[in-house]
Amino acid sequence: MKRILISAVAAIALMAAAPLALADAPKQGGAATITFNNDLTTLDPQVGYDWQNWSVIKSIFDGLMDYKPGTTELEPDLAENYTVSGDGLTYTFTLRDGVKFHNGRLMTSADVKYSFERAVNPATQSPGGGYFSMIAGYDDVAGGKATTLSGIETPDDKTVVFKLARADATFLHLMAINFGYIVPKEEVEKAGADWGKKPVGTGAFKLVEWVPGQNIKLERNKDYFRAGVPYLDNITFEFGQDPTVAVLRLKKGEIDIVGDGVPPAQFTEIMGDPANRDLIAEGNQLHTGYVTMNVAQAPFDNLKVRQAVNMAINKDRIVRLINNRAAPATQALPPAMPGYNPDNKGYAYDPEGAKKLLAEAGVGEIATELYTMNVDPNPRIAQAIQQDLAAVGIKAEIRSLAQAEVIAAGGAGKAPMIWSGGMAWIADFPDPANFYYGILGCVGAVDGGWNWSRYCNKDLDARAGKADAMVKADQSEARMNEWKGIFDDVLKDAPWAPIFNEKRFTYHSARLGGDPSLFTDPIHIPVNYDYIFAKDAQ
Amino acid sequence: MLFYLGKRVAASLVILLGVSIVTFGLTFLIPADPVAMIAGRNSTPEVREQIRHQIGLDRPLPAQYAGYLGRLVRGDLGKSYARKSDVGTLIASRLPPTLLLMLAAIVAELLVGLPAGIYAASRRGRTGDKVAMMLSFLSVSTPQFVLGLTLLYLFSYLLNWLPLGGYGSFSHVVLPALTLGLGGGGWYSRMMRSSMIEVLRNDYIRTARAKGMPEWRVIMNHGLRNAILPIIAMIGLDVGIFMSGVVVVENVFGWPGIGQLMWQAIQSLDIPIIMGVTIVAALFIVLGNLIADMIAPLVDPRIRLR
Repeated sequence: MKRILISAVAAIALMAAAPLALADAPKQGGAATITFNNDLTTLDPQVGYDWQNWSVIKSIFDGLMDYKPGTTELEPDLAENYTVSGDGLTYTFTLRDGVKFHNGRLMTSADVKYSFERAVNPATQSPGGGYFSMIAGYDDVAGGKATTLSGIETPDDKTVVFKLARADATFLHLMAINFGYIVPKEEVEKAGADWGKKPVGTGAFKLVEWVPGQNIKLERNKDYFRAGVPYLDNITFEFGQDPTVAVLRLKKGEIDIVGDGVPPAQFTEIMGDPANRDLIAEGNQLHTGYVTMNVAQAPFDNLKVRQAVNMAINKDRIVRLINNRAAPATQALPPAMPGYNPDNKGYAYDPEGAKKLLAEAGVGEIATELYTMNVDPNPRIAQAIQQDLAAVGIKAEIRSLAQAEVIAAGGAGKAPMIWSGGMAWIADFPDPANFYYGILGCVGAVDGGWNWSRYCNKDLDARAGKADAMVKADQSEARMNEWKGIFDDVLKDAPWAPIFNEKRFTYHSARLGGDPSLFTDPIHIPVNYDYIFAKDAQ
Repeated sequence: MLFYLGKRVAASLVILLGVSIVTFGLTFLIPADPVAMIAGRNSTPEVREQIRHQIGLDRPLPAQYAGYLGRLVRGDLGKSYARKSDVGTLIASRLPPTLLLMLAAIVAELLVGLPAGIYAASRRGRTGDKVAMMLSFLSVSTPQFVLGLTLLYLFSYLLNWLPLGGYGSFSHVVLPALTLGLGGGGWYSRMMRSSMIEVLRNDYIRTARAKGMPEWRVIMNHGLRNAILPIIAMIGLDVGIFMSGVVVVENVFGWPGIGQLMWQAIQSLDIPIIMGVTIVAALFIVLGNLIADMIAPLVDPRIRLR
């Protein structure tokens, strides 16, 4: 009941805030300061892969495609338009005219080709090069035998043609992720090992100064190809700021956004303060927290046992444990993800039903281990799960370890159960395919992979492959239905027990304006810096 | 003197070598694969093998250590896994803030601890002594995180006297140095007290008093100068302790030093940075001890170097 009230208050608060935000017309000018606890590691788009540098890179660079601000809808960015061949194996992009790099040079198709080759080249050590494996010639470059991708052709300065070895419906999403952002070859080579510290792109902001470990200053790119944006003239990122101290600084007006989000320990206090009502944006993430069960080992090789676990866990109680910073999950896909099935209510909380299923399974007393990351609140959540399992006769011993160790245990296929909190899968792009192959498909069920339940259903894999071959625009709805079906069947097989979908809360100052969805942008995490504005700009 | 110095320097090098071996060995005992962290979760086994080969993690351990040692001797601390940039430059850029903090902290703890210790010694057994020792006990036991945040909340947020963390001016150093200084000052006050009590028992103190010297001069001229000897040794150790112990304070106050760097590197398992900071910290500890040992005979001629 209380949870419904809190959600209702939050919803009303957001509705009250939204028209206010829309009523303030964005003004040009002003500055904003954002704090982070950790130092930014790199601004190299082919290398940066953590949520912190992801969106700063998005403001300094651009890709062929992007998403409409605050949404998960694709739109052309550096490409003016594109065509897809009938068999889905050829994508032809026409580049925009007059796009300049921050050093003044015009961008051409050669830059596009260079950037993708850089991503795939093993010398770059890009964590995302593997995403482009469908481009013809990938194997040669990734294997170190060639440095140019035969599958990318540049017939003229404004045209780029991608030839694929296999049709892939996620290809346009891959044109929008950071690893495919366009970089100028001469600057990369000039900077050498320092390229990550001296980024030069085509984006809305350009780098002015980076004092290592302290701050990064960006200024507006006046030649940005999108007219009117960005609104802010200057952005400063400050590092090494403890979130608790950052909250104090925000209250004093020294900074504008606490980049790490509302600190969990102060969550109730900050959310409860009526002065903060308009200052906290709430949004959904492409995230699911789940318990994996190792289907290759007893007792979780028994379907009934896995389903019983799903029914035994009290998700509402766990969500309350974390002060309602999440919503209970019914399935593997998060609600913000296309392909989510709102009609699938999943397994209801039913301890008696769970006990019955366990009796039917006939496996007797179960003693197992539940791995968890040792940073709060995950051990507490693991304890709640442990209690729920004990109530139906499953004894789970908790192994609380550092993040890297849990990931290693999961990758080695040794852990019977893992609570994914702190390591949970957040989608790299808003497509159900990204939530399948690595964590539920056979390709991830190997040593070092992220399919910790070692679930390998060849039939579902085949259906997934077929779905991803449906590349035509008029097939997209049918494709989503295919994926819906695949995930419905995954739920029936229950290699996971989905627990909750975390929400994102961004605490910002009153002087920053913009639609709340910009402060909890599902793609530009946490904030879409290009579209927020300062209300006090002159 | 020079012979002693030579012996100590040789011993220090052996210690540093041992530190490098232990740290190298420990990081490889962690059951986590740095290549998996670098390569990202979408990587195929082939890409991971490529990266493993590039970083040199596929060579046998002794070969890896030999390569590491060879580069170390030339001052090359390797490249960070996450940033792909030079570890040596990274540490060098963060060393000045930590050194500044360390110096300020030592000044703070001496300013806090010495007067408290002298006062307690002069009021030995009486209320003043008990209060001073109780306060020192409290300051030593309070976690740095709690102390730091409390000072920030009080002096920066509520009273607005000092900035809320950060780095750049004298006012930024005050609270972090105070946080470290209050803790360290507790130790020094107790040391000073017992050392002073020891000294005040001596005959020459009685003689000075008998000569009619005012009490404060007895304490300052004769008492303090002799009681300070163990403190000087402690300062040398402190240099080393601070280099490794500033992690919490640097994180609370947003101080861009090597403690903050170490913390972030540990979380992301960035092994080159972890090893680099450990070696640098060990270097400072060894240097600090060396300097303390060198200074001791200068201050107290009774000490002979062997």
